[in-house]
Amino acid sequence: MNNIILSTEQLKTFYVLEVRGDRKVVKAVNDVRLEIYENEIYGIAGESGCGKSTLLKALAGVIEPPLRLIEGKVIYHVNGEAVDISTLDAEAMRRLRWEYVSYVPQGSMSVLNPVRKVKDTYQDFIVSHVDSKSRDEAFTLAGEHIAALGLPPQVMEAYPHQMSGGMRQRVTIALAALLKPNIIIADEPTTALDVVVQRGVVQLLVDIQQKLGNTIILVTHDMGVHANVADRIGIMYAGKIVEEAPTEIIFSESLHPYTQYLINSLPRFGDKSTRESVPGSPPSLIDLPSGCSFHPRCPFAMDICREETPATVAVNPHHKVACWLTEEGYGRLA
Amino acid sequence: MEDLLRVEQLTKVYSFGSITSRVQLLAADNVSFAIKPGEIFVLAGESGCGKTTTAKMILGFEEPTSGTIVYKDREKVKHEKVWFTEAVQAIFQDPFGTFNPLRTVDRYFFETVQNYKLAQGEEAAIQFIDRTLRMVGLTYGEFAGKYPSEFSGGQLQRISIARALLTSPTLLIADEPVSMVDASLRMSIVNLFNKLAAELGMSVLYITHDLATAYYVCDRIAIMFRGNIVEMGGVEEVLMNPRHPYTQLLRESIPQADPAMRWKGRVNLNETEETEYLRQGCKFAGRCPAVMDRCIHEVPADIHVGDVLVKCHLYAGNGAPEQAEKIGLHGSFSTP
Repeated sequence: MNNIILSTEQLKTFYVLEVRGDRKVVKAVNDVRLEIYENEIYGIAGESGCGKSTLLKALAGVIEPPLRLIEGKVIYHVNGEAVDISTLDAEAMRRLRWEYVSYVPQGSMSVLNPVRKVKDTYQDFIVSHVDSKSRDEAFTLAGEHIAALGLPPQVMEAYPHQMSGGMRQRVTIALAALLKPNIIIADEPTTALDVVVQRGVVQLLVDIQQKLGNTIILVTHDMGVHANVADRIGIMYAGKIVEEAPTEIIFSESLHPYTQYLINSLPRFGDKSTRESVPGSPPSLIDLPSGCSFHPRCPFAMDICREETPATVAVNPHHKVACWLTEEGYGRLA
Repeated sequence: MEDLLRVEQLTKVYSFGSITSRVQLLAADNVSFAIKPGEIFVLAGESGCGKTTTAKMILGFEEPTSGTIVYKDREKVKHEKVWFTEAVQAIFQDPFGTFNPLRTVDRYFFETVQNYKLAQGEEAAIQFIDRTLRMVGLTYGEFAGKYPSEFSGGQLQRISIARALLTSPTLLIADEPVSMVDASLRMSIVNLFNKLAAELGMSVLYITHDLATAYYVCDRIAIMFRGNIVEMGGVEEVLMNPRHPYTQLLRESIPQADPAMRWKGRVNLNETEETEYLRQGCKFAGRCPAVMDRCIHEVPADIHVGDVLVKCHLYAGNGAPEQAEKIGLHGSFSTP
């Protein structure tokens, strides 16, 4: 197996809100332990409001109030050396950003400055991250980079509004990959895009990953996209990773009832049998249910599920699950 | 069976540019289809294909440039809306945008009841509303006095369906009703359409870009591309055995939730919407792997292949379908 490139230890990041002395804590990332390897596409799936975007922020080191790091660490393994990013100062973090880890935020089709040409955005980016000596070289590289990724060279001269949503998304991704970062974190890069365009954007991400041999952490709620590109998938529910396994296992031998619901609710071509949604609605992260957060929606809930939070158990070295059914040895459900 | 709603040669032209260089864009180009009672009919296509324009024209939000909309043999005329809105109701994409965030959602219900004189007095109105809400799996108690922000997207979308059901419509027009709803809750909305069609005999015009839910729920489907319906027929025929090259591309591009069925080949995206809209012949000619000379200059006719309507030159004349098979369109979007 490849080396670990990014890991977290009991990561807890909460939004702490104080309104007139009234304190509210949104437990967006609650005890997450991750180990992400070199040269893989790691998918994170879950409903909206399960904390997946917050987890990505923490992984990218963008923890700003009201978001607070309560406990745990995010560790980057830079050239074989473990670096706890919460100990880094702003300048050191700035240097790591884009060169070591780059982040494609949600709704990245609107991150481009509407009154500047794509060329200018690239220029800003190069000026702040590349030594002055090699800037010309970097510009040439930027042009080649755009062409190599199959984007028409005219986009450099275009304003964001002159491009379609899919094109803007691909320009943003190309920008994130410009300095050949070891990790690219992409938050819902294909949401709100059409299927054909979505395929083009995902194709670009995969091309980049194969070319650079780096790691992509891909968050999307679309299980179809995960099935297509991810090597491993983590299923997130109410701030926790409830199941983690290689893609094939998640789709065929998942153990957590939530994962099973998520996969069985998807319609498939050639099969018109009735599909059911996950019952109920996602819990509020301010007021989490006791014990396992999924128990109010779980058809197999037992007494212990209401009282105690299940620990994450490794069923085998590649497959981890946090569910009392597994822990108690009930095995796979029908 | 008699058609419930018939749309005949509906055309919408938007023109832009200056006086000297006027550009005319056909957002909907001779769109014709019919919806039967109790049927779920899907209008599918990518954004900017004219499906929402078509829905807007049916609902009267846009004036068609030409063409007619006939409901139960009665033609819909401008400024004559009441009978039509009572029979045809709509729900939209963003449930949070449907309701004013500063108003409680129940007020919309009372307003509709009042406007259409559906019940006399408050007691009767509440009972009436409660009955309708139960159809979508909610009750009056859990919804009264609440603001839109107090519901989840899925709940709110079901509430907007309930609001549409108040007038007992015979046709529900649903414009992208699940695209803003979480994947895990989508099926609850889509299953509701099935239930409404089966139990109330209601027809649904389901407008979507999500072919997987379309396949799951609908009876007949029309695929739109740049203002034209390029393929129309039974859902099994159209989606399991797509004939038009565009339908094939669309069908292949849907990510299947099965790691064994990953995408093969690549797509080419470098054509803008505008160039495609303004193309003379077949609008898909710029991306079609089986493009011929005539495709660039000549608009293809609507050709019946079995029960399916296909707008493609490949199927013109006898024996042509085999020719299309021979070219091996399936999988030909791949370039090594």
